[in-house]
Amino acid sequence: MNAIEVRNLVKKYPGFKLDNVSFQLPKGYIMGLVGDNGAGKSTTMKLIMNSIKRDSGVVKVLGCDNTSKSFVKVKEEIGVVLDEALFPEVLNAKQVNNIMKRTYMNWEEDRFFGYMDRFSLPPDKVFKDYSRGMKMKLSISVALSHKSRLLVLDEPTSGLDPIVRDEILDILNEFTRDEENSIVISSHITGDLEKICDYVAFLHKGKLVLCEEKDTLLYKYGIVHATRSEFGVVPKNAIVSKRETPYGIDALVFREKTPKTVKIEKPTIEDIFVFMHKYREENYK
Amino acid sequence: MLDMFFIVVYTDYTVYIRYIQLRREEMDISISNTSEMPIYEQIYNQIKAQIMQGRLLEGEALPSIRSLAKDLRISVITTKRAYDELEKDGFIYTVLGKGCFVSKRNVELIREAHLKEIEEFMKKIIDLASVIDLTKEEIIEMFNILYEVDKE
Repeated sequence: MNAIEVRNLVKKYPGFKLDNVSFQLPKGYIMGLVGDNGAGKSTTMKLIMNSIKRDSGVVKVLGCDNTSKSFVKVKEEIGVVLDEALFPEVLNAKQVNNIMKRTYMNWEEDRFFGYMDRFSLPPDKVFKDYSRGMKMKLSISVALSHKSRLLVLDEPTSGLDPIVRDEILDILNEFTRDEENSIVISSHITGDLEKICDYVAFLHKGKLVLCEEKDTLLYKYGIVHATRSEFGVVPKNAIVSKRETPYGIDALVFREKTPKTVKIEKPTIEDIFVFMHKYREENYK
Repeated sequence: MLDMFFIVVYTDYTVYIRYIQLRREEMDISISNTSEMPIYEQIYNQIKAQIMQGRLLEGEALPSIRSLAKDLRISVITTKRAYDELEKDGFIYTVLGKGCFVSKRNVELIREAHLKEIEEFMKKIIDLASVIDLTKEEIIEMFNILYEVDKE
């Protein structure tokens, strides 16, 4: 079964269009959404939660159409974290707990305070005095404390230090140890996604450029650093995009189509992403 | 270490012996992110080597796909692929709902696996030789010399 199923999703804003996006996230897996600013990541997340109105398309979350009435019940099982945590400024964590207790039917108070402890968050401090990292950790604690089966996380690690980020990744990893649990997560920090994702989806200017299993992706592509003459043996159809400098050529290539004599390095998701977008556009100019 | 419990149940005339094997908690697997080799192949090779060297014993339970993936911080899909390949090649078998176990060691199978590996190396030799225009005779000559040296 799929945790999320998106089909032909379209949303138009003045100057932006989320264009016919389709993808699936099987239950028990983690999908990372990668994209530049304004690519449509947050729009996609909001459409998954049906918190903004779509123009056309279908979204099913945990098997339920998200425009149907029963989606209200499904929402109980979804933990959402937006890039800006929005709790009332004057509340402290204890008061947040009291509100959530009345909001979610399956609210787990002990678990919530367990996370507060684990993240060393002060329960008496009011929200506006929290640092950015603390705010984010509080939202994540809330998202994980109502028996969620799906986490929808928009930029949960941005602006946090490496240790906190690692801690959060550990918790997300732990969460999907249960094969009923799934996560969709967006981030600019592609290294974070590389660590935990099973699938990676690239969004660019409202279009889904690719959606693939992470390790397949990393193996399918390669990075070549070569001099112009060395690069001559690489066939045109092996080159995805390239960057020329006065000293040589850096290129993103298809591993399979590149001759074995050329030294190929393993790319990072960032390499693939940057090469696909930035240099591709330059190449076609 | 393989832990094994023997539970002996006496009935009137028969003695039943049941083995309950504990899932191993430690196993040596190291994943290199900089390696040219795909991650699933790294797992495949390391588990296979441990089976062939007898460090993993017949009937012994392997860690579940999900827990191995989460502990190594690699994708579940990759881990599943490694296990699938191991099963396809007869090194492990799956019991539905119980997990994966090491198959009976099969000499033929191991031989076959080695032959396959040797073949891979030979292919690589051919690839490398063609780069520097080395002829087949020269390769064989080189091999003969190395072989003799090794035997002495």
